[in-house]
Amino acid sequence: MERVMSCSRWIAGFALAMLALGFLSPTLAHAKKLNVMTSTTDMAALTQEVGGDKVNVDSIAKGYQDPHFVEAKPSFLLKLRQADLLISVGLQLEIGWLPPLITQSGNPRIQVGAGGYLDASQFAQILEIPQGTVTRAEGDVHPLGNPHYWLDPDNGRRIAKGIAGKLGDLDPGDAAYFQQRFQDFDKRLSAAEQKWDGEMKPYRGRKVVTYHRSFPNFAQHFGLDVIGYVEPRPGIPPTPSHTLELIQLMKRENAKVVLVEPYFDLKTPQSIGRATGAQVIVYLPSVGGEKQVTNYFELFDYDINLLTKAFQAAQ
Amino acid sequence: MRRPLCWFLGHAVLFAVPLVAQQSSPSTASPDQADNAAVMQKIRDLEDRVIALEGQIRILKSQQQSAPATAAPTAGTASPQGPSTGEPTTQAAGAAAQATAPQGTPVPPAGSVPSAGEGITQATTLGGAGGSAAKALNPDMSMIGDFIAGVGHNPINPTPSLQMHESELGVQAIIDPYARGDFFLSFGEEGVNLEEGYITLTALPAGFVAKVGKFRGAFGKVNTMHNHVLPWVDRPLVNNNLVGGEDGLNDAGISVQRILPAPKGIFMELTGQLFRGDSGDQQHPLFQASTKDDVSALGHLRAFKDITESTNLDLGASYSQGHNSAGANFLTRLYGIDATVRWKPLRRSIYHSFVGRGEFIWSQRQQLPFEQRAFGFYTSADYQLGRRWFVGGRFDRSGEAENASLIDKGFSAVLTYWPSEFSQIRGQYRFTRYPGNIDAHELFMQVMFSLGAHGAHPF
Repeated sequence: MERVMSCSRWIAGFALAMLALGFLSPTLAHAKKLNVMTSTTDMAALTQEVGGDKVNVDSIAKGYQDPHFVEAKPSFLLKLRQADLLISVGLQLEIGWLPPLITQSGNPRIQVGAGGYLDASQFAQILEIPQGTVTRAEGDVHPLGNPHYWLDPDNGRRIAKGIAGKLGDLDPGDAAYFQQRFQDFDKRLSAAEQKWDGEMKPYRGRKVVTYHRSFPNFAQHFGLDVIGYVEPRPGIPPTPSHTLELIQLMKRENAKVVLVEPYFDLKTPQSIGRATGAQVIVYLPSVGGEKQVTNYFELFDYDINLLTKAFQAAQ
Repeated sequence: MRRPLCWFLGHAVLFAVPLVAQQSSPSTASPDQADNAAVMQKIRDLEDRVIALEGQIRILKSQQQSAPATAAPTAGTASPQGPSTGEPTTQAAGAAAQATAPQGTPVPPAGSVPSAGEGITQATTLGGAGGSAAKALNPDMSMIGDFIAGVGHNPINPTPSLQMHESELGVQAIIDPYARGDFFLSFGEEGVNLEEGYITLTALPAGFVAKVGKFRGAFGKVNTMHNHVLPWVDRPLVNNNLVGGEDGLNDAGISVQRILPAPKGIFMELTGQLFRGDSGDQQHPLFQASTKDDVSALGHLRAFKDITESTNLDLGASYSQGHNSAGANFLTRLYGIDATVRWKPLRRSIYHSFVGRGEFIWSQRQQLPFEQRAFGFYTSADYQLGRRWFVGGRFDRSGEAENASLIDKGFSAVLTYWPSEFSQIRGQYRFTRYPGNIDAHELFMQVMFSLGAHGAHPF
């Protein structure tokens, strides 16, 4: 009997302590600004464009980090538990780290399927959707299509529009504000797009090689031709035989630029560069990849500047 | 599902373009250029709408995965082909058959679907979904194989020369908007063991997260880990001797956890767990419930802090108590401290990383003639040399729970190679000195491989 008493007392004490904690901490759900967390910096940049000063935005991954391999650190939970909205890139880009963070956040608002969870891929044009059977003999393929879709200004516009709509749903009082911010962003983006299209026009049809398959949307928009990849298959590090094949291919096809994401080792790309005379450039797939690239416009400015210089040097 | 819809949309665009052209040409008397611009604009708008529709289809497809599974059993009986082919057909497939049925097969009306599934059934009918949509309702399945070969002589704790140590089947899905479910079945060479099977309630008020089912107790670090995420072939001596061996503190129960308010970006989390009171494997019994009242309890406090963006410190304190095999009047109390330092430079995160870890565990086991107080610990370090290579070491020392004066010691050196994210090959040299100066030198080779979508484990 005594043992039963001590046991149930233990349970009761624990339950009381937990309840007390629940009431002690203030709920921040009704703060004035919407708290938005995004998985990557690009989604954060687009949210900032349409959200203006009515939102607090922060992203989990850094712009210079491989978005496939982010550590699901508990410190992210501190931000996620207060989020009103979580925006993910989707298409299984974050499958290795976002699901456990969502589950452990203790935040019902941002659970998958809840009103505060937004998969931005639904708004964008998705390329390289595999047809037929998908196996991992092809490496770390994304069965739903290529998740690196934000590097096309048209997709940026579509995503921003989708986010503006979502922000309006969550904060109906400011819906008009978000729509007006989107219209403004749309105008600025169209003007910038004209400039970028003009700068890239002389190089349409140029052949390039990228390290990872993170470039198809940019290439499609600006008319570049990606003929090969440093990785033999997505997620598989370079092998000597594949590198030799790639060098042959680049010589045959006269490809003079190798694009490398900032999180990959430069050794293999540089040896390819030496063998083929190609320019090796570290392009930025995401906002924040370099300190000076702080928004969606500067991302394209940076990459297009880099590319046009490389094409000029390769002539 | 994709192709007919794309065909339809494609034709819609084709037909729409001349229409647009016809409409705009008489209304505007401006030059051709303006006309073209207007047409281009309309085409762009249409393109946007097609892309938006494609996106909605993708979302609908993925939502089927989180839809209530209740639709499946009802459907099995509803489908006319069900009994003959022996394949369970879902309501979605049945509805699709209704939409496209060429021979006019009688299909029961869709009204019998539970209300929650209705919207989804309708959506799949629109898209003309077939069997693939039915599969979308299935949970994520994965299988992880763990093969171990060993050479060397160990008279105290012998291991087989070649063994398929474990085959872990994972079945995971979001159950409904309020919960997710995870099952891990562990197949040995003979027999199956429910390693874990629990529901996680993710939508509780006030930031609580609860688990109900059978799961590994939150005692320290190694006890919570599945075999395939360990940085070694084996488990440390202290876990074998004091925390229930390979099965560990793993029992049916209830868990509640919550993040605590803490200053300066420190993450603090308190976990409380209540178990039936049966834990540990056959060679290493830990808790044993002789009566219904012999429940065991566990408390864990975790603090985590990012020191820089690439370095962080993770500290934990654990306590657990339960009744042991000496009888209902005998308790075992466990105290534990764990510390982990991690380093991973973000720009080169896939090439280099370091994890240093230690766990210190005290056991107080009431038994006749008197209580045994044993202490044990391990410290380990693992460094990632390159994208595919990891090297590590571990130092072990632990008393034995039932006889604290007997001390086992050992160390291990580990080299791991990753052909890809989904397979790994590991070599481990292990030296163990058992009481009475009995030495064991062993060499292990482990091959692990992962099939399917295995959900990520908590950090």
